[in-house]
Amino acid sequence: MSVVIDAARMGRTLARIAHEVVERNRGLDEVAFVGIRTRGVPLARRIVTTIGELTNHQVAVGSLDITLYRDDLMRHPVGPQPVVGRTDIPFAIDDHRIILVDDVLYTGRTVRAALDALIDFGRPRTIQLLVLIDRGHRELPIKADYVGKNLPTSLKESVQVRLVETDGVDEVVVEEASSP
Amino acid sequence: MKGSGVRGQGSVGVREEGRAAAPTPLTALENRHLLGIAELSAEEIRLILDTADAMKEIGERPIKKVPTLRGKTVVNLFFEASTRTRTSFEIAEKRLSADTLNIAASASSVVKGETLADTVRNLEAMAPDVIVMRHTSSGACHLLARICRARVVNAGDGTHEHPTQALLDAFTIRQHKGRIEGLKVAIVGDLLHSRVLRSNLLLLNKLGAHVVACAPPTLQPVGLARMGAKPTSSIDEAVHEADVVMMLRIQLERMHGHFFPSLREYYRLFALTPARVRRAKPDVIIMHPGPMNRGVEIDSDVADGPYSVILAQVANGVAVRMAVLYLLAGGSEGAG
Repeated sequence: MSVVIDAARMGRTLARIAHEVVERNRGLDEVAFVGIRTRGVPLARRIVTTIGELTNHQVAVGSLDITLYRDDLMRHPVGPQPVVGRTDIPFAIDDHRIILVDDVLYTGRTVRAALDALIDFGRPRTIQLLVLIDRGHRELPIKADYVGKNLPTSLKESVQVRLVETDGVDEVVVEEASSP
Repeated sequence: MKGSGVRGQGSVGVREEGRAAAPTPLTALENRHLLGIAELSAEEIRLILDTADAMKEIGERPIKKVPTLRGKTVVNLFFEASTRTRTSFEIAEKRLSADTLNIAASASSVVKGETLADTVRNLEAMAPDVIVMRHTSSGACHLLARICRARVVNAGDGTHEHPTQALLDAFTIRQHKGRIEGLKVAIVGDLLHSRVLRSNLLLLNKLGAHVVACAPPTLQPVGLARMGAKPTSSIDEAVHEADVVMMLRIQLERMHGHFFPSLREYYRLFALTPARVRRAKPDVIIMHPGPMNRGVEIDSDVADGPYSVILAQVANGVAVRMAVLYLLAGGSEGAG
């Protein structure tokens, strides 16, 4: 197990991404953040807070649960289905520039499901993807617009993002998966 | 899905991995079928209610549909009249993108003398994933569960159980009161013929509510106290300081004897009137599973009054049934 991002570095990374978002979306009027549950939500909140400090703009944040849109619900060999979390998008997304936030970009299937879910809420002008870690191994043609860190990994490894809000500590860890 | 190279390890919760070792929350129901509240643990009931919380939001979206049960077939097999329950199940199924078909007994081969088992075996040959059944005979769903591969949801069997009604009642209570534990719930009406009573008694006791059940002595089933309710034949005593008052319909179609002299007298002694509502807690909620007999068990002023959550119950029914269908049919075959 090795820590690839510690708390201090995570803070700097998120601050840098916040600057990138502001730079790319001159005029934040129609920008809104949607975090993918679980860890995309606190990440989105933190970036929005930083943007607020930078620009005095209060950007809206919603949370999205993609469980009901997963493509592997019926395919899993064993085990129970995942618990459905609550989706809460308290603003109309029509004609907005939505920034979708997740912790790790891997196969791209989570993002695919999130795109489907978002489109059910309306027709945003654009959807941009923001991730803390891009670990490669895409199975779908999906690319992030903002990346905290590109982290080349092998399929045997697992990447775990831990946040103070959900896990009590800020860090990103790469682990050798226990068994196939 | 992502963040993980470990597939097929028994855990679908890839998003949850890396969380500090807390006791893993329950994520599935123990049984393949939902036959009654009797078979559910308190934890399973909470899982269904929590899942329904998430489902409720889908009904508030511009596009009220998610693709979760795409490609699954659900048969609604109704051997007894029903508008609310059947419609509610059908909407729930459609919001989850399942293919649904409705069979009403009056329009099926049952009128030609086919037995339940044969009807179901024929349906099974067409490979449905879930059968939602209402039947006039108690235990019919248990029989069905033994003979078919599809998952069975009991939508009311005779005078036995009506689990999804009790679940939506609990969901509605939790929505308005924030909890169920410790509440005083008065259930008033035709207790003898009520499957809603049986399911509600089981559920409310499992979640720690105090239940008082009120009816004329002729309409009280034996063993009420053993079922976890304090029996009384005084509605004034039942609703006194109650947090929740649940009225049950006088089921004239099931009454093959003389249980009370007249509907007029029943109204006078057992109906929920505005005066009686005032005996309950000031923030009492009034429930009724429907269909209501206005002017028999409930006064119109109460049914349409400020304490009534009767239409909220109907709205919640869809979310609760979506939760049940998702938990039973959303996973892979062999799960749970």
